[in-house]
Formats: sequence, structure tokens, C-alpha cells
Amino acid sequence: MIKREIKEKIIERTLGLSALLTVLTTIGIIWVLFSESLSFFKNVSLFDFLTDTEWTPLFTNKRYGILPLLSGTLLTTFIAIMIALPLGLTIAIYLSEYSSKKFRSYIKPMLEVLAAVPTVVYGFFALTVVTPFLKQIFPEVSSFNALSAGIVMGIMIIPMISSLSEDALFAVPKSLREGSYGLGATRFQTSFKVLVPAASSGIIVSIILAISRAIGETMIVAIAAGQQPNLTFNPLETIETITAYIVQVSLGDVPHGSLEYQTIFAAGLSLFVFTFMLNNLSFFIRSKYQEKYE
Amino acid sequence: MSRIGMNRFNDKAFQVFGIFATFLGIILLAIFIGSILMDGLARIDGQFLSSLPSRKAERAGILTAWTGSLWIFALTALLSIPIGVSAGVYLEEYAAKNWFSNLLEINISNLAGVPSVIYGILGLEIFVRTLKFGGSVLAGASTLSLLILPIIIVATREAIKAVPSSLREASYGMGASKWQTTWMQVLPASAGGIATGIILALSRAIGETAPLIVIGALAYVPFVAKSPMDEFTVLPLQIFNWTSRPDHAFVINAAAGIIILLGITFLLNGIAVYLRHRWQKKVNW
Repeated sequence: MIKREIKEKIIERTLGLSALLTVLTTIGIIWVLFSESLSFFKNVSLFDFLTDTEWTPLFTNKRYGILPLLSGTLLTTFIAIMIALPLGLTIAIYLSEYSSKKFRSYIKPMLEVLAAVPTVVYGFFALTVVTPFLKQIFPEVSSFNALSAGIVMGIMIIPMISSLSEDALFAVPKSLREGSYGLGATRFQTSFKVLVPAASSGIIVSIILAISRAIGETMIVAIAAGQQPNLTFNPLETIETITAYIVQVSLGDVPHGSLEYQTIFAAGLSLFVFTFMLNNLSFFIRSKYQEKYE
Repeated sequence: MSRIGMNRFNDKAFQVFGIFATFLGIILLAIFIGSILMDGLARIDGQFLSSLPSRKAERAGILTAWTGSLWIFALTALLSIPIGVSAGVYLEEYAAKNWFSNLLEINISNLAGVPSVIYGILGLEIFVRTLKFGGSVLAGASTLSLLILPIIIVATREAIKAVPSSLREASYGMGASKWQTTWMQVLPASAGGIATGIILALSRAIGETAPLIVIGALAYVPFVAKSPMDEFTVLPLQIFNWTSRPDHAFVINAAAGIIILLGITFLLNGIAVYLRHRWQKKVNW
């Protein structure tokens, strides 16, 4: 009997260690980003980093302002959300309020395929299909541009918004729908005047997570948006995102320990801070929301 | 038009727009896959699958890339499945509901939202430099394992949650210990859901590019990896390398590589959807 208890304890501890690994991963990420960034910020002042409008660490005239990379990141993210939000929300409402159950069960796995396609494939799509297409509409568009990458990224995150928003709509109590229909409202009125407001926190969560995903997306922008830090909000120009910069440095042979090498940690830290805040914001809203409904 | 007529019109119009929106993404993807098939299908032959990378597009192949992907797949599975399922079991069956398990939960959903390129930076410092794995298969698989752990853990927890407590109580009633109950009742009952999550997670790992670039995996590796400590390349990396070259012949190669990669991705996702479907049908507590 004692032997069995010892065995049980050992098993529990082993399982617990696996769970602990996730905490170690987080600590590892924070430690790595902060410790290397610290050496970076010994050479570059935080003020310059946040306010300088040039990012040229790989050139002779070195400037270390994150703003051009940040504007590139925000620009592609904005375009992606402008594509994914109307489409994703429409799909969510259509599937939860209009379509038949059977149609839904067939279409949902197909939508999930959009999210399963490797991002390098989407990058290829943006560069070889979308950009040539854009060139026909806007002849002045660069071969690498924010618009093409943003559009394709938007297509990729459609299922993220649609499936999370649909869950939120689904969770709205049936009585609200029935009340609205009882007053003679159409499905359209019920959806937009009753259900979307009632499910708003869940929908907001889906948007926040989609933004976070778009900010961290790497391959699409590295392939299609370019590698030219550019403080602009013109979607037709070549830009560079934070993630694309990290890839650019990793592909080159920057010596380990140099200031150029440390820039990827400072860039990574900025990226991490953004996504971390967005993820926790979504977590906060979700826990509030659950309180409200249960 | 009367107000009621207007409302009905809006309702119908939105319905049409809904169908349009639902199919837009899927149709765009279909067009894209069609154009890739036209570009690349003719390029896929025995020579393409069995050749090393080359500076000449016609002689280049994906031998190192697909064997590398196979290595990464196997080693990532080996590392991530036991750890991920264990962690999921611990959180769902063992951990007391207190501030610590709460913290673990928040932490895991946070990790799931960390951009993959950040995992690359972590892998570069921890596996490549500190543990001195170098740009090896082992470093790549370790990095990707950390990346997909949250997916496996969440899937495991969801699957275990669906197992009714009556099953556990019956097992305890027969005198089984906690671990016996978990191992012989709970895990078999949730195996379908767990397997679905694992396959989706591995499909994600197979398609990842950015973290492997950051840890220093190269597109040009002139030999097939023979041990976990060898340098390697993977299909997505080879595709990326070919995509970024100006010579159109390489773009054809990239398209051919994409066909293979998408084939693998869709196959894995198909298996996952099938498993989930069967599991939902069979288990009706």
C-alpha cells in the first residue's frame, strides 16, 4: 500500500513538472529578451529608441529608432483587420443566425483550413498573385508593399475572428433572440441590434486576439512587404515590420554579441510587450464577461 | 418602399452578403491553389524529390528539405506529446484550484499568443547557445515543441473535461488509484480529442518557418540529416529561399515545394477533422 502511494506521488510530481515547464518557458522568454535588451540599452538610450525616426542598424550611419518598424507593423496589421473584421463578423453572424446546422458543419472545417495553411505559403501568394494584381490597379505600387501583405494576412485571420465571434454569439441566451423576434424584428435587426451588442465582449476579444496575431505574423510580411524601414502610412510603399527585421538579421551573418545582434532582442522585446498586453487585455475582458453571464 | 419592406430587403441583402463573405476566403484560396498547381505540378518528379539543393533551378530538389521536415516532425512529436499531455492531465486531474493553477492557466493562454518568431529568439539563446545544440535538428525540434505545447495542453484539457465524472467515480469505487483511473479510464476515453489536438499542433510545427530561421537553420544544407545533431533545412524554409530569388525558375520550384507542403498540411488536418468527427459521434455520455 505504501509502495503504491509513493508511486502515485512520483507520477503526480512528474506530471506537475511538465506543467511547470510552461512557466519556465515564459520566464525564459522574458529573461532572454530583457537581459540582451539591457546590453542594447546600455549603448542606445531608450529615448532615442522610442523617438528616433530612422532605423538603420545595418548601415554605416547607425540609427536606432523603432518607430519606422512599428509603423510598418501597425500598417500591415491595420489593413489585415480592415479585411478580416467585416468579413469575419459577417461570417459569424451568417453562420450562427442564418445558415442551417448542416451547412455550418460543412463550412466550418473549410474555414479552418484558411488558418491551417502555412504562412510561408501565404507569403508566396501575396508576392506572386496579389501584388501583380494590385499593380494593375495602382501602377505606382512597389514590388514589395504593405497592402498586399496586409490583405493576405487579413484572409488568414478571417477564421480567427469568425469562429471566436460565432462562439460569443452562440452563448447569448436564447430568450434574447426570442424576445426580439417576438417584437417582429428581422434576423438582420436581431443580429445587429440585440445579439452583436450582447456578445460584444466576446467579439472584442476575437478582434484583440486577431490584432495580436497580425502583429506577430512574420513570413507573409518578410516575403511580401519588404525589408526597408519606412516611417509611412502609405500602404503602396515598401516597409519593414518588427518581425521581418528579426528575420532579416537572422538570415545575415551578424556577429554574436555585437550591437547589431542585440537589436533583434530589443525589437523582439517591443513585439513581446505589445502582444503580451493585448493577450492579457483579452483575458481580462473574457473573465469579466464570464462573470456577467453565469 | 415601406419600412417593413425595407427591413425585409436588408435581411435578404445581408443573407446574400453572408454567403459571399463565407465563400470569399475559400474561393480565393482555391484560386491560389489552382494557380500553384498549374505552376508547380509539372515540376514534381522523382528528380525533384531526390535531389540536393543546387544553384541551378532545374537541378535543385527538395531531398534535404523533406527529410528535414520528417526529422522535425518525428522529434517534435517525441518531445511535445508526452510533455504536453502530462501537463494537460496534471492541470485537469491533479492541480488544486488555487492561485497557482490560475496563474498556470493565464500563463498558457499567454504562451499561445506569443509570436512564433519570439520562440525562435528563445530557442536561439537557450538551445542553440546555452545548451550548445547549434543549428541542429534537436534545437529546431525543441524550439517548435515549446511553440506547440500550449496547443497540446489546451486540447488535452478540453478532451479530459468532456469525460463525465461518473466514469472516474466508478473507477474509484472499484478501488483504483488516481493514476490507474487516469491511465486506464480517463485517457482512453479522451484519446480521440487529444489525438486531434496533437495532429493539429504537429501540422502547425511542420509549416513553421520564422522560428527556424531565427535559430539559424539554413536553406542550403548539402546533405541529408543523419542524426539529431546534424544541421538541417525544412520544406517551408526551402520554399522561402526559392521565393525570394529573382529567377523565375526558382519560383516554379517554390510552387512545387508548396504543393508538397500543402499536401502534408491538408492530410494532417483532414485526419484531425475525421478523428474529431468520429470521436464526437462515438462518445455520447
